[in-house]
This record gives sequence, structure tokens and C-alpha cells, in this order.
Amino acid sequence: MIGLYHPGSSIVHRTPTLLKLLLLSVGVTAVGLLGQPRQLLVALGVVFVLYIVAGIPPRPAWEQIGPILWILVIVVPLQALFAGWTTAGMMAGRLVVAVAMAALFTLTTTVTAVLEGFQALLHPFRRWIDADRVGLLVALTLRCIPLVAEIVAEVLEARRARGTQGSLLALAVPVVVRSLYAADAIGEALVARGLDD
Amino acid sequence: MTRITFDGVSHSYGDRNVLRDIRLDLSEHRIGVVGANGSGKSTLVRMINGLITPTRGTVTVDGLNVARNAREVRRQVGFIFTNPDNQIVMPTVQEDVAFTLRRRGLSREQVAERTAAALDRFGLSAHADHPAHRLSGGQKQLLALAAVLVAEPKIVVADEPTTLLDARNARRITDLLREMSQQVIVVTHQLDLLAGFDRVVVIEEGEVAFDGAPDSALDAYRELLA
Repeated sequence: MIGLYHPGSSIVHRTPTLLKLLLLSVGVTAVGLLGQPRQLLVALGVVFVLYIVAGIPPRPAWEQIGPILWILVIVVPLQALFAGWTTAGMMAGRLVVAVAMAALFTLTTTVTAVLEGFQALLHPFRRWIDADRVGLLVALTLRCIPLVAEIVAEVLEARRARGTQGSLLALAVPVVVRSLYAADAIGEALVARGLDD
Repeated sequence: MTRITFDGVSHSYGDRNVLRDIRLDLSEHRIGVVGANGSGKSTLVRMINGLITPTRGTVTVDGLNVARNAREVRRQVGFIFTNPDNQIVMPTVQEDVAFTLRRRGLSREQVAERTAAALDRFGLSAHADHPAHRLSGGQKQLLALAAVLVAEPKIVVADEPTTLLDARNARRITDLLREMSQQVIVVTHQLDLLAGFDRVVVIEEGEVAFDGAPDSALDAYRELLA
């Protein structure tokens, strides 16, 4: 979601966000219920076709789906040990298809569209919930992930430079302090950008 | 240009006085504010769009008391921070610029049109859908400028906008600030940034130590530092 959007004008890109979310939920549930390897292959084929229709190149697709394969390398043999290779293979297949579907949503939907989707979902509850604030909360959460990751990376580097690699305290304290300072600065910038309008 | 006044403005953080009885009447096009670290210059410019409210005295922008009309004043005053990372709110470049406009009640088409124009002006069109956090430092500061200027403020306040940048990017941001049609107020330690400015205010230990033409002001500032 954090900058993974792959621009395009395909039907997958143009499908309304809430409809995409609904189809994703239905799709993931359906894949979880599939009992036959043949059915799973059909599902995999459908997702593959959707990637082609959306014009997603292999690299960004692999960046999303690839990491799950490393988990499967460990989980599948364990599952096979207790439940057999067929069950383990089905589990792995279901997981790959589900992750591929979720990644397709991420690759074809902007954060703004997701926020607007959230706001539309919350519209009936506007008397009790400020949809704009919830949308902003989600956006800021997504924005802060790379920011905190950057802080952690800098602190780790500083920790190495000072020869205090083993100390958890030397990591936690500066990360928390710098994150709080960053949160304060972002709050100030939000006010300056008219958030309290 | 808009008239900004500081009338007997003081500010303290706890028992530490950072500004004392500041009296200024600013209406020039390009105004520089210089001073040593901790002199109170950042606190001073933050008062222009109500990020900080004076402990004593009044700040007005175009006749409006900032403390009482902060929302209205902020629509006229754009603020650029030292670290653009703290100013970027949305995950992608385009969305961050659009964020400013989405809160102004414009239609989706108007937001898209003005966002595209702002990205084009600052050479960021090619990065529109890129993650904002992956931009270089200079590009991030350009994004911060685009996100502020897309709202068409009458005044742009920049608090040390080139401090974290390399020489080339600092020059680019400096040129952009200098060429703006808006009234510009820049806090800086980089004195060459103030070439061609109309007025420079030197702040020292919370007071106005010098106020006048850039050449004389910068001489006075260098003397203070010596």
C-alpha cells in the first residue's frame, strides 16, 4: 500500500474501490473453501489473467508475492509432516492465490481511493464517526511506517558506529524519542497545512 | 504585499523568555530573518500563521489578529519546515499535493488539475505516483513547496528550508523562493540566500538586534557572531 501503486487505466484500475474490496473478500473466502487442486489451479489462472489485464509487469508482482514463498519453504514441509503433502500443497496454493489477489488490489488502487472508500463506507455512521479523521488516520499510519523504519535504520547505524550493538536500550530509547519528536513535528505541519479548517 | 505586524510580542517556554517585546511592521516582498541557534527566530515566524501564540502582545496578518483568526490566517500563510519529511502527510507525491486541496472543498477535477499544474511547475510530474519517502532530500523540499503553493497562499514562510540540502538543491530552492510572486519570509543561516531580499531582521537573544537593508543587516549579524 505504501507507494506500491502501479499506475494504469485498465478495468481493474477503474473498478470502484469498494467493489474491488468486496470482490477481494469474496475471492479470498472462496479460495479458502476450495477443496480440489484442480479448482485451485483454475483460481490461480483467473488471478494470472487479472494481472495481465491490469498490465502489472512481473517484477512488481514478484515483489509482492515472492516473500510469501520463503515462508512456505518452512511451513509446507512442517504441514506435510503432520497432514500429508496434498494438504500442505493445497494450503500453500490457497495462500499464494490469496496473497496474489490482495497484492493486485494494492497494485491497482491508490491510497486516496482507499481513503475515499473508507469514507464512503463510514458515511452512514457520520453522526458518530468523523470519516475524514478516520481517513487521515489511515493515511498517516501508512505514511509513518517508512518514517519510523528510517529512524530505526539511522539509530541502528549510530549504534554500530558507537559500538553498542548489543544494547536493546540503545535502540529503543532513541527510536521512541525521535518518533515522538517526529510525531510532534508532523502534528505541527498538519496544523500549518490547514487540518483544523 | 500583505502587512504583518508584531505589536509588543513576547513569548516564553516555561520560565525561559525566547522573545521580548518585538515590534515589527513587515510589508516588503522578500524578508529575511537571521539569528543564532536559540535566538527565537523560528518562534517569531511560527507566530505568523498561529503555530505559536504569543504569551504577550499581538500578531496581525492583513489586519487579522492571528491568535483569534488562526484558521483564516493559515489560508493566507503557507509554511515550509526545515525537514520536509515532517511535512509530507500522504504516501505518494501526487496524493500529498492533492491533500492540501482536498480539504478546501474543491471538486475532484479541480483538485486533479491544480495538482498536476503544481507538480509540473516543480518538476515532479515524473514522480507523481512515486512513494514520497523515496524522493531525494531536494525533491522532498520541492514537494513541500508544491504542497504549500498549490493552495495559492499570499505569504510563504520558510523556516531554514535549505539547511538539510546539498549546495545544488539549496540553490534551486533559494532561486524558487526568490522568484515567487508571493510575499516571502525566510529564516536562514545561509546568508547568501538573502541576496536580493528587501529587508533583513536580525534576532539576538529574543530581541530585534538589527532591522534594515540586507547588506547592513548582514554586516551587523556578522559582527554579532564575531
